[in-house]
Amino acid sequence: MSDSAVIPSSSMAEPAISAAHAEYLNKCRRHKLMVRATQMAILVICIVLWEMLARAAIIDPFITSQPSRIIRTIGVLFHEGVLFMHIGVTCVETIIGFLLGTVAGVLFAIALWWSKFFSEVSEPYLVVLNSLPKIALGPVFIVWIGAGPVAIIVMTLAISLIVTILEVLNGFMGVDQEKIKLVHTFGGSKYQVLTKVLLPASFPSIINALKINVGLSWVGVIVGEFLVSKAGLGYLIVYGGQVFKLDLVMTSVVILGIAAMIMYQGVVWFENFVLKKNGQLQREDKDW
Amino acid sequence: MKPVVEVSNVNMTYQSPNGEIHALDDISFVVHEGEFVSIVGPSGCGKSTLLSIISGLLKPTSGEVLLYGEPNIGPSRKTGYMLQKDHLFEWRTILHNVLLGVEIQKTLTPEAREKALNYLKTYGLYEFRNKYPEQLSGGMRQRAALIRTLVPDPQILLLDEAFSALDYQTRLAVNEDIYLIIRQEKKTAILVTHDISEAISMSDRVVVLSHRPGRLKKIHNIELSCAKRTPLSCREAPEFRHYFQQIWKELDIHV
Repeated sequence: MSDSAVIPSSSMAEPAISAAHAEYLNKCRRHKLMVRATQMAILVICIVLWEMLARAAIIDPFITSQPSRIIRTIGVLFHEGVLFMHIGVTCVETIIGFLLGTVAGVLFAIALWWSKFFSEVSEPYLVVLNSLPKIALGPVFIVWIGAGPVAIIVMTLAISLIVTILEVLNGFMGVDQEKIKLVHTFGGSKYQVLTKVLLPASFPSIINALKINVGLSWVGVIVGEFLVSKAGLGYLIVYGGQVFKLDLVMTSVVILGIAAMIMYQGVVWFENFVLKKNGQLQREDKDW
Repeated sequence: MKPVVEVSNVNMTYQSPNGEIHALDDISFVVHEGEFVSIVGPSGCGKSTLLSIISGLLKPTSGEVLLYGEPNIGPSRKTGYMLQKDHLFEWRTILHNVLLGVEIQKTLTPEAREKALNYLKTYGLYEFRNKYPEQLSGGMRQRAALIRTLVPDPQILLLDEAFSALDYQTRLAVNEDIYLIIRQEKKTAILVTHDISEAISMSDRVVVLSHRPGRLKKIHNIELSCAKRTPLSCREAPEFRHYFQQIWKELDIHV
């Protein structure tokens, strides 16, 4: 998904385009088209190859599943009326975990920036928590919170929170000190430094944290579901694995991939929306 | 002429784990209304520290700074500070950038906006008010930064190496530009610079500081015989070289 990277550096182009420039633009378009076409081709070839190898009995569909069986499984799940229930459970858990992780992470990063003392005190704890494989805490959460959606969300938080904090804090630290001094020269308060400079200037880092978080939230939720759940895509994967229904496992993985991609696109869309609102993506000369 | 800035017996010592750094040693001087004074000195002599103290961003270890006869505590609305780079916020339009000061001081009234628009009109940035900083040239950006400083209506402008991030040609042009604006708006200005020519060409007086700890070495009254006193034509004046030689010797720079 590289279309977000294609931001025109200057849209103050003159209305009359020279032949050379038109040629150049054409070349860019062709290049983009080639990339897209190749991407699609790879996907189609993989699916077709998978299906054909399974039909020709070169690979055993009992172990590898196959595209037509996946579609059939989706149909079965749909007819049993549980397809959207499972997807819904997992998505809701992921979105809650994602939002909580993001909001709590940003707030925590602000607190660390606000108080140098607090930041120095928490440093070793953050370092340890960051390197600790959070999945190891899974059983602890289950004992403490009980087997259920809350434990799964806590698992998600555990995985995404520290990374968010560190990423956002890193963004804050990268803000030009002179810009902060500028606010002080106007007699600005610390809160104004935060709202006028720090948050807008580290918007790219915050978005980056969100993008990392999308992936981590899914990890957290699926691990959580592996451990405790009775519903959700993670549950289907574990269940399918236990009863050797690889069709069910593959189906869940495919749905998971699609859902994760949609969520990632959501973040990209949000990024573009904010940039556009601030006029950093598309320069429009609005009069007011 | 009325004294506007009175620096009296200012000392500054920084504490660090490796010991004390004595940055400024007993600095005293006075700047009068409408004057343009430059502070020059070798790198690390504490000239920027001195400017921060005058603005109230830093507290001196001892001594005091009076602005219009009143002790200065904390950043004052009487002063406007200009930094080395323009530091326009790339996520704001030029108009919103120049309104930053009044926004922070919570005086963003319709009149303040009107004033900002007038400044933009007078100084040729009106058509760019809804553009973003990256669409402006270096000189225009510096002009926008000056307007941002002017909108809250400070009486004293503090320029902290305000031109040193620009390339040489742009710098000469921006010197001229900013100088004329400051004169037209009848502001008092203090410029910190390491560029001797810039100091002489723009100033009524040049304050020379010594190596660390910065001591006041000499104050030169710059009197140049040129018809129109603008920084560029000042560089043509016969006395220019003489001042340059003298200040260069006083700076006592060894490589």
